[in-house]
Order: sequence, then C-alpha cells, then structure tokens
Amino acid sequence: MTAPVAPANPGMVTLTIEGRIVVVPPGTNLIEAAKTAGVLIPHYCYHPSLPVAGVCRMCLVEVEKFPKLTPACATSVGEGQVVHVHSDKAREARKGVLEFLLINHPLDCPICDQAGECELQDYTFAEGRKDSRYMEPKRFNPMEDFGGDVLYVPNRCILCTRCVRFMDVMAKDPVLNVSERGDRAYIGKFEGRDLTHAWAGNVVDLCPVGALLSKDFLNRARAWELDRAASVCPSCSQGCNVMLETRDNVVVRIRPRPNAAVNQHFACDVGRMNYRWINRRDRLEYPVARTANALTPASWSEAVQQAAAAIGGATHVTVLASPSLSNETLFLLSRIAVHVGASSVMTMERGDEVPLPGVPDLSLRAERVANHTGAALFGSTESDAPLASLAAGDVLIVADAAASVTTIPDGVRVVVIGTVLHESLLPHVVAALPVCNFAEEDGTFTNLRGRVQRFLQAKAAPAQARPSYRVVGELATALGAGSFPPLAADVFAVMAATFPAFTGMTYRTLGLQGAPLPLLVEASA
Amino acid sequence: MSLHAIAPDGQDAHEAHAPVFVGARRTELDELLTRYPTKMAALLPALWMLQEDRGWVSPAGMNEVASVLELTPAYVQGVVTFYTMYHLHPVGKHFVQVCTTTPCNVCGAEDVVNAFLRETKCGELGVTSADGRFTVVEVECLGACGFATPVMVNDALVECVSVDSVQDLVAGLD
Amino acid sequence: MGYPHLSHGRETPVISKYFGDAEARTLAGWQARGGYEVLRQALATDPVDVQNVVKDSGLRGRGGAGFPTGVKWSFMKPDGKTHYLCINADESEPGTFKDREIMRWTPHQLVEGAAVAAHAIYAETAYIYIRGEYTEPIARVREAVREAYAAGILGANAMGSGKRVDVHVHKGAGAYICGEETALMNSLEGRRGNPRIKPPFPAVAGLFAQPTTINNVETVCAAIHVLRNGADWYKSLSSPSNPKSTGTKLFSVCGNVARPGNYEVGMGFSMKEFLWDVCGGPPPGRSFKAIIPGGSSVPILTPEECEGAVMDYEGIQAAGSLLGSGGVICFDDTQDMVRQIARLARFYAHESCAQCTQCREGTAWTTKILERIRDGQGTMKDLDTLLEIADNMTGKTICVLSDSCATPVVSGLKKFRHEFEAKIPKNRSSVMVPSFTTAAA
Repeated sequence: MTAPVAPANPGMVTLTIEGRIVVVPPGTNLIEAAKTAGVLIPHYCYHPSLPVAGVCRMCLVEVEKFPKLTPACATSVGEGQVVHVHSDKAREARKGVLEFLLINHPLDCPICDQAGECELQDYTFAEGRKDSRYMEPKRFNPMEDFGGDVLYVPNRCILCTRCVRFMDVMAKDPVLNVSERGDRAYIGKFEGRDLTHAWAGNVVDLCPVGALLSKDFLNRARAWELDRAASVCPSCSQGCNVMLETRDNVVVRIRPRPNAAVNQHFACDVGRMNYRWINRRDRLEYPVARTANALTPASWSEAVQQAAAAIGGATHVTVLASPSLSNETLFLLSRIAVHVGASSVMTMERGDEVPLPGVPDLSLRAERVANHTGAALFGSTESDAPLASLAAGDVLIVADAAASVTTIPDGVRVVVIGTVLHESLLPHVVAALPVCNFAEEDGTFTNLRGRVQRFLQAKAAPAQARPSYRVVGELATALGAGSFPPLAADVFAVMAATFPAFTGMTYRTLGLQGAPLPLLVEASA
Repeated sequence: MSLHAIAPDGQDAHEAHAPVFVGARRTELDELLTRYPTKMAALLPALWMLQEDRGWVSPAGMNEVASVLELTPAYVQGVVTFYTMYHLHPVGKHFVQVCTTTPCNVCGAEDVVNAFLRETKCGELGVTSADGRFTVVEVECLGACGFATPVMVNDALVECVSVDSVQDLVAGLD
Repeated sequence: MGYPHLSHGRETPVISKYFGDAEARTLAGWQARGGYEVLRQALATDPVDVQNVVKDSGLRGRGGAGFPTGVKWSFMKPDGKTHYLCINADESEPGTFKDREIMRWTPHQLVEGAAVAAHAIYAETAYIYIRGEYTEPIARVREAVREAYAAGILGANAMGSGKRVDVHVHKGAGAYICGEETALMNSLEGRRGNPRIKPPFPAVAGLFAQPTTINNVETVCAAIHVLRNGADWYKSLSSPSNPKSTGTKLFSVCGNVARPGNYEVGMGFSMKEFLWDVCGGPPPGRSFKAIIPGGSSVPILTPEECEGAVMDYEGIQAAGSLLGSGGVICFDDTQDMVRQIARLARFYAHESCAQCTQCREGTAWTTKILERIRDGQGTMKDLDTLLEIADNMTGKTICVLSDSCATPVVSGLKKFRHEFEAKIPKNRSSVMVPSFTTAAA
C-alpha cells in the first residue's frame, strides 16, 4: 500500500498514459481514460455500454508499480499512475492473446462478412504473429440460426460474451448463455427461444468478430465496398443516430452510430430493417404538369409556375405534409401555409412502443415517424381525417404523404411534392415535383425530446429529383412568400432566425451529435 | 448447437414433463429457499432434486426449474452445462465414474477404466450398455487420491478399486 | 493420524485425532471429546478477541494460499451489514483429500469450526460448500448440522447465547474451479462457477454482494484447537525456527507411495523423514522419481530437492515449490513423466471455466501438444512452443487456473526434459494432422 497522492487537479484524477497527461473523473477505467488522450487500448470484451467482464485479457497494460499486467477495462484510474500501453511486456501479452484467439479461429476472412471491419483481423495485422504455431486440429461446430436476424458461427466466436451481456443487461431478455466450459464453450441459446426481441439485432454490431451475422446483410457486400454517411433513423421519433451504408448507390445496411444522449450504441431491428423503401425504383423522376387533360413532362420552372398558379387561385389550400420530412422542408412549407392562409395537417403511423430497458429513455417509439415534433413546431396538426373539409375549388399540397390520401372530392386540385406519384391522385394533379428522400439530401429532424439532429446525404437522387427544401423553397418564392436559399445549411439559418425555438442553432453547432432545442435547455435550467 | 448439446439422439426435447416441484418436493424447495436471500441461489439444489427424480436434466426439466426460480431457461442451461455432474442425457442404471487424474493414473486407473468397459460390456466411454444397466465415464479427480483408484457408482464411492476387483464389483450390481 | 493406516509416532494429531473413531461422528461422541465447548466460550467472547487469539497463533489458510486467518477475519468489521461465512469444502486439487477425512470422521469439528468462525466475523450465516462428488462427507456433515440444530447448538439462540448462528450445507455439482473463492461464491449464488475480478475483494463485496469470508475446512477446524489451547500452545507444535508457519498441517499423500493417506505433522517437519519414514517411502523395489508437494498446481520437485526441505510455507518454497493445499503426489521410477504431465494438463483443460482467453485456449493447446509428444508425434520445436505458451498463460488471467496448468509443464520440462526429448523422433520437423475435429467429441 502506498500513501494516497494529493490530486493535481482537485475532484479529478491525473495520470500519465503513453507519456500523455490525462485528467479524468475518479472511477474512469483506463480504456476510457486513454481514449481521452487519443490512445486506443486494444480490447474485445469491453464495451462502454455493457458491464465489464474482463475476460478477453486483450486490454492488459503495464501500470508502473503494479506487480503484474492489469486489465485496463477493470482498472480504475489512480492519481499519479503511469500507464504503458505499448511497452514490450504489454505488446507481448496482446500478441499471446491474439495467437490463442486464432488457434481455433478459421482463416476464412475471404468469405466472412466481418472482414474489413473485424477487430480480430485488425489487431492481428497490427500486432499479431506472422505465422501460426498451432499444428493441431481446429475445433469445429456447425452454424446455428439464432432466430430474428441473427446467425451464429461458433467457429469464429472468441467468447467475449458481449452478446450475452447485452441480452441480459440491456434487453433484459436473457435468451443467450455461455454453455459448457473450457475450449468446448460456446454461446448457447435455449431450444425454442429465439433472438426475437426488437433490439436483439444489436448483438451483431456488438460482436467484434464474424461470429454473429445479420441474415439480412449476409453476403451482400464487403465492408470496404461500402460508403457510409452519418444519418438519423427515420423509423420512429426516437431519432437514433445511425450510419447509412450504401454499395453502388444502394442502401444495404443501417447501423447505429453512437450518441450517448439518444441511443448510446444501439438501434432497434425495426429501424435496421426499414431501408428497402429508400432504394425504390418506381420513383417520380422528373417534373410533370397538366396540359389540357394530360399530365406531361415539364421543365422545373413550368411545373413550379403551374403549381403556384393553382395554389394562388385556390378557394382554400390544405397542406398535407409527412411528419418524416426534414425541419427545413417543413419550415418552408409553413412559409407557404402562412402566406396563403393554408391549413396544415399530418397523419401519423403508430405501432407498439418497445423500450430497450437497459438504456434510459430509449425506445422504439409508438410514433413511427421521424419528425412529428418538428412538424408540430411548424404548425401542422395531426388529423385522422385530414381531407374531410376539402371542397371543390380547393388545392391540396401533398408533400411526401400520398400514402395517407384516400379519396379526393371532385374539383379539388392537387400539387404533389414527392418521391412517388400515386395513381389515385392522378386525375387531380396539376403539377408534381420530384424530390429526394431523406437519404438523398441533407437536413435535420427534431426528435420527440426536442433534440435537433442532422442527417447527411448518403446516396444520389434519381434523374431530376431535387432536395425537398429546394423545391419547396422555389415554390414559396414563386408564390411570393419570400426568397429562400438553395442549400440546407442556409435554409436552417433562415429557420433559426425566424423561429425562436431554434435560435442560435447552426449546422456547425449541431455537429453530428445534435443538440436540444434552446427553449428546452432554458426550461430545464 | 443447443440442440446438439441438450437433446439426446431421438429424444424429443419437448416431451411431456411431469412437474417435479409438487407436493413434498415443493415443500423441500420452499424450505431451501429460506436459507438464501435470492431464489437463484437455490438453482444447484433444485437441479439436484430434478436429477434425483428424473435421472437426468432434460430441457423440459430446465424449463420447470427456470419457472419455479424465476430465471430464464437459457440462463439455467448455461449453468447446467458448466457443471459436469448434471446429466444432459439419460444414463445407465449404474453410472460408473472412474477417476483417472494423475494421482490415480500413476496407480493404474486407466487399466481400471478398461476393465469396467469390458465387464459392463459398454465398450466405449460415455456409451450406455445395450441392456441399459451401465454407463462408464472417466472423471477428473474425485478427491480420494489416497484410495486409488476411487470409483463412484451412482452416489456411492468405492475406494481402492483395482483391475482385479472390477469383475466382482460389477457382478455385485443388479 | 495416517488414515487409512495407523497413526505414525512422529505425527502430531490435532485435527486428525479422531480419524477412524466412528463414535466421534455423533454429537454425543463429539461432546464427550470436549466438542462445542470452544463454541460456547467463543459466543460469549467479543469477536475481536477471537480474531486476536487466532492472529497471535500465526494460523494461515490451509486451502493453498496461506493467508493469515486472524488477519482475514479482522477485515470484517461490525458495520451493520449482513456478513457471510463460506466454508470451502470444494476440495478438488488433485492429490488433496484431507478435508474429505475431516468431514467423514469429525463432521462436528467442521460445524463447530464454522460456527466459531461465523461468530468471529460478525456473521449469522455460514454456508459449507461441499463438492458434489463427496456424497459421504455431505451426508455426514448434513447429519451433524441436523443434530446441532436439534440440540440448540445452531439456530436463533445458539447454545443459549442469544446469538443466531445458521449453518447450511450447499452441494456442488462438479467443477474444480469452484474451489477458487470467488468462483465458489458465484456457484453458491446459482451461477456458473466463474472466478470474479478482484477488486472488489470478498471482505468488501462477496457472497450476495455482502462482506464475506471464505475459509478452508482445515483452517476453521484448526482454529477451534487454537482457541481451546491458546496461541502459544499452537505455535509450540511447529518448528520454533520458523515463526511464519505455525501449528500442524494435514498432508495428503498419494500416488506411488508405500502408505498413502493423511498425515498430520508440525510445520517445519523434515520432508525426507516424512516421505521415507512416515509414509514408508516408495513402493517396495522402487524409488521416487518426482514429488509434487502441494497439490497438482505447484512445481514438481525431484527427490533430491525434497531431501533437504522442511515442510512449511517457506521451506517448500525454498526448495523450489509451494506448500499449496498439502497434497503430496509421488511418482516412482516406472512413471512416464510426459504421460503424467499431459494428463495433468488435460485436467486443467477440462476444468477451465472458459472466461479468460489464455486459459480457455492455452490449457487445451498445451494438452494437445503434450499428448502428441506422448504419442511419438512431437518435434523439438514443440518444447519451445510449450514454454512460450506457458509464459503467455502465466500471470495474465482472472484466477490462477491458467498458471496452474503452466506450472507442472514448465517444471516438468526443466527437470525431465530428457524424457520429452526421448519421445521425439529424430529428424522430425513437422507433423501431419487432420484438419478438423469436433469439439463435442
């Protein structure tokens, strides 16, 4: 026992990691402390959102005055500690762990989905042995379907137990276990109980190797072929931060992007699986306008002018906008609504709320739309029968909400701002303006807790489709509702200057983690 | 793999299971639960009761234990497979465990194992004899090293078994 | 005494005094031999005073680690929390079978010891965790507990002291690693027997997250005699030349030896005299080739190394090994050391809990290489690989099972390398192996 050292920074712990001074709160573990200094301590079983297991032994580091190497994940910082991550002793220990992990691991990276984003592969390249000394038969166990979207490949499993801990502690649905012991151990699942929990798909992301695979993504792409864009999941109002991953301009996977304030490291299976619509091929690809009795392709200016003329000549205008449109687009629609005295309505799809019990305030929300908070802020009201008051002479602006339109009375004319053109609307359409879906443009959503979060363009738009904020901006300008800039960031700036709720916010201050509406911050202060 | 680990060949994992924890057994379990601050702590004892009554720990049995102790079957399975004394398959009427760890090994335990395989007509380790009477397995240290070779026949430990005494021992089992 | 053999004149039977005496098994028999008087007095004594007597006696844990018992008890403070005592009767270290005889012959000795220790650490509840294979000891101890409750020795008002002392027997189910104290607590809680990361130490957060003390069977039994006869008496039983190892120790002797059994001698006893006189030396016509002095997890000694050694914690360490659990395994000159070390490695591979990478993979890999060498399929390079694997397995895991597997390999290779080399075919540099096997096999 050494005498306690007086802290160099009161209330904090000061230590040295790889020669860098680190100041962190007491109780921080060495892996997290090292991160703050930009030092990665290699690890497998440790995960910041899960309880510490301390079993992979990959994160062994040398702490001066400690008799043995210590697991960084299970060691709290101490005042004046000197930690060596890349000393010979620590490197040798990691090399040993890597060799042990590989003796029974198949060298099937060429056919493994994890290749390219595999921590075993990465660390082996970085620090592993060049050869294998293992001359014995490898262990073999057959693949198993775990139910849900998950496939288990036991031969690749390194028994880090992240999946078991996730289902146990986070999902509170412990359907996985470690079965058997010694080198016979594997991840077990009780016969007849499957990984059907709505958040179970996270075990695939948590798996540091290719042992747990997504059946949906199986053999779809190699990791290095994917382009990735930071985005926000549009499947409910939680606003989980996600990464949209595309291959050749096609979204092939949605994975969670860490955000401690919203979804930690997780995303639900509904959000993960709900991406095929983004890749729809039956899109509205060019502007159309009505000439005589037919809808014909038109130039952008013709179509916008025709839409503006119809709106300007209407008895009454109703804006039916999707609450999954961006703040920017909904803001511009509200400019039109205010200018022409329109009523704004929306409909909302609902489902069961499914929480992830281990994370406070994280749920697959009942409101299965991305931005009802934003829509409400901009004056849209929810309605079960949004078209009930329509009468002949009215104009209905349908903004990406065609699916909620049923029958339209005769004499009502429709302006479509959308990604698709629904057949039921055709007789009423005066002009249809093709827009990007959320994956094809930049924008922001406001989640149900009032957090404003940016999403970035992940893929190219088809043909002549343009970002929705730009199309609505041009329509607003044509109606004389003002002049609006063509870029999302600039529209956001106008919006923040117009709506006090967003005062002071910019794309730059939002960053990629978002921020709560200033009003909410004030209210809670 | 749970299938491979649990269900013996040709055995329906979801066969009808008559509850174990009823009547006197339930009373016994309830008394046991008073000894521990958690229900989970009664897991090993409950599994012992299940095995005593049913001869092995079946998936249906794990389900029952899980429900009486408010655990999940998967959790119970993880625990069951950790401990070697719970049978994941039905075994012969006489379950013979021969210690072959080093202290007994140096005293000829492997020959004792072979003698058992021969006398019981099991032929192979872990395989129940055709008449269903015997299953012979090697076991790690029984903690009776001074009495090499110790052999457990069901719950009874027989000390100082030698190749020569196996025949009589087997003959004495009904 | 040297059960199953007659006591040897050079023994100092204290704990083992009544081995072979069936009458001592019953409550009446135990009380007729002075039983439960120590408990009666202890219950009327402040726990701190009990701790101090044991501290003064120099008694150290008999399970293998040798931590001073009184000091361990003194970690437990009257803090208002629920305290637990766990008696480690999961005697599983190959070569060790002393607790088995204590429980078979003197179950009340253990119950009394457990009750005294519980009082000493401010606990009302003691769990005796007995390995599942010990069917007879379990039955004996359960019967003793039943008798003790019936007689009011245990229960809400133990021996009329007004204090509650509960003792429960908990049966294990087949796992060597549950003898590791944190694995034992997990097992008792109904979990897989996985060792826990320390800290927190058991005295802070142990069984059911409460302050807990884990004591070996022999330790709490020794404590009764310490309390009955005093610390000075206990120290007088051992060699005065080493005050760090006091009292008597039960050694289990097995393998190739004329008189296997349990022998209780004072600490500091001559190992030469012990092996060749007390235990009768090697079987007739043979000679010793190797001795493992403290259970299978400690370094192997040659007979020459044993001859000058004294049997206490420091003495065996000076000879190059450890006292461990006191399980003495003897190998005679007919034994194939490669075969036996491979068998030991297989034991550890079988018992690894599967948590730490080095242990899970290393124990199995070590076993496969050793068995290949045993079968005449080894290469000289394998010997270097074995030592490097052993190095990677040592000092890097949650518990010491991994180290325990490496220890006999390293010491065996050091002291019996010629036996390994003799099994390796000349000019062999590589091996042919099948590409896959099934783990389920």
